[in-house]
Amino acid sequence: MKRVGIEVSIAIAEAAALAEVEVVSAYPITPQTHIVEHLAELVANGELNAEFITVESEHTAMSAALGASLAGARAFTSTSSQGLALMNEIVYITSSMRAPVVMALANRSLSAPISIWNDHSDVMNERDTGWISIFANNGQEAYDLTFMAFKIGEHPNVLLPVMINFDGFILTHVIEPVWMFDKEEVKDFLPPYEHPYKLDVDRPTSHGPVGLPDIYTEAKKQQEEAIRNSRKIIDAVWDEFAERFGRRYRAVEEYYADDAEIVLLTQGSVTEAAQVVVDEMRKRGKKWGVVELRLWRPFPFEDLKKVLCNNNIKCVVVLDRAISFGGQLGIVMSEVRSALYHEKNKPMVVGVTAGLGGRDIRFDEYVKMYEIGEKCLKEEKEPDKVIIVGLRE
Amino acid sequence: MRLKERPKWQELLPGCVIDEPGNSVNYKTGDWKTLKPVVDKQKCIRCGTCWIFCPEYAYEEDEYGYFNPNYDYCKGCGICAVECPARCIRMEREEE
Ligand code: SF4
Ligand code: SF4
Repeated sequence: MKRVGIEVSIAIAEAAALAEVEVVSAYPITPQTHIVEHLAELVANGELNAEFITVESEHTAMSAALGASLAGARAFTSTSSQGLALMNEIVYITSSMRAPVVMALANRSLSAPISIWNDHSDVMNERDTGWISIFANNGQEAYDLTFMAFKIGEHPNVLLPVMINFDGFILTHVIEPVWMFDKEEVKDFLPPYEHPYKLDVDRPTSHGPVGLPDIYTEAKKQQEEAIRNSRKIIDAVWDEFAERFGRRYRAVEEYYADDAEIVLLTQGSVTEAAQVVVDEMRKRGKKWGVVELRLWRPFPFEDLKKVLCNNNIKCVVVLDRAISFGGQLGIVMSEVRSALYHEKNKPMVVGVTAGLGGRDIRFDEYVKMYEIGEKCLKEEKEPDKVIIVGLRE
Repeated sequence: MRLKERPKWQELLPGCVIDEPGNSVNYKTGDWKTLKPVVDKQKCIRCGTCWIFCPEYAYEEDEYGYFNPNYDYCKGCGICAVECPARCIRMEREEE
């Protein structure tokens, strides 16, 4: 392992190359472009023995990755925002056909108005497509999680696609120190990919057949069980990685949650920013903490309950980076609230939305989020709508 | 087959893969149709156009070179009747 200063996009591409992907099928889109650009370079230079398919759209990028994966090749794609939205049809089909494609998703807001900057509206729009979905909050995590995604998705008991989320620009375009592996070190960590029913002329199979009303329900139940059961493999892969390489990943990460009164629940790079705020405010006597929902799908119900219903947490302020229009506004907030619904000593759940379309969240705005929690606790009332922090009105 | 006798979710292969090549012959789609093609052999010129155009591959050639629709698979779309150059295929109601 060597620690190098590297642009996070390049590190993510190197993680795919480390996994010796056999097919890269991708279309460039800001802020993901450097990832596929670097992979194209590695293939062109002969450093990576893969087929790089230059497609005419993201819809095809996903289609080709799906086909390659079912033909038995380790397949990788990467996209952002509008690109993911255009892929949508095949994103759903890829998980339903059980093809363990890995996607690096540089999170970016959806148009309109046109925005190339970061929020989570792209991934939230794909919430129910049946992919395993994991958030990284820095370059190291994006590198490690992308590499491990292949081992998780390709496991014969899983066979599901995995998307790794990392914030566009905030991570993709930043140079960070990243511990990078050399091939030898990880050689036996990632076994070769074997799809049990791959497309094979010697043993013909049909994929993607019609499912009449007498089959469709059972097919969906099977898929739902598969993603639920993938949790065991996710934990096992992360555990093995921790034992061998020393970096541990958990479905729900905590920061001072064990003695905090109020925690901010985050996903992605805002996690570390919130931790800095907590460090500073603890000096000023505030019992605040941070809980990060790293694993988005399958949703870690039990872990979340264990962390949040620990008697000392009185209020959890959920920071959403996307909006569900006309619904609860906060997508993560409503999921967290319903996950805790049956718990006896559940904390108050308060929703805030911020950092949309690339707007920075300032120190005082994080403080404001905790203060909203304090106010709700004092008034003993959960607000009936999500509060947009930093909104001009 | 009755709904209850169809496979349980645990019995389906991942992603509903079909690992038995050619098993679509076991699935008779003939009962989907309301009209069936009837060939008038007096007028048939044995050109095979019906056999080429049928989307269900339902036509089978017999030993005399005539093409006969297999009603187990014919869905009654009527394409053959439209395409037949001799106009010798008539679509008849099933129950007639
Ligand atoms: S009616 Fe349609 S399905 Fe039936 S034999 Fe003619 S072309 Fe084939
Ligand atoms: S298309 Fe008409 S004429 Fe030609 S083989 Fe079929 S039934 Fe006979």
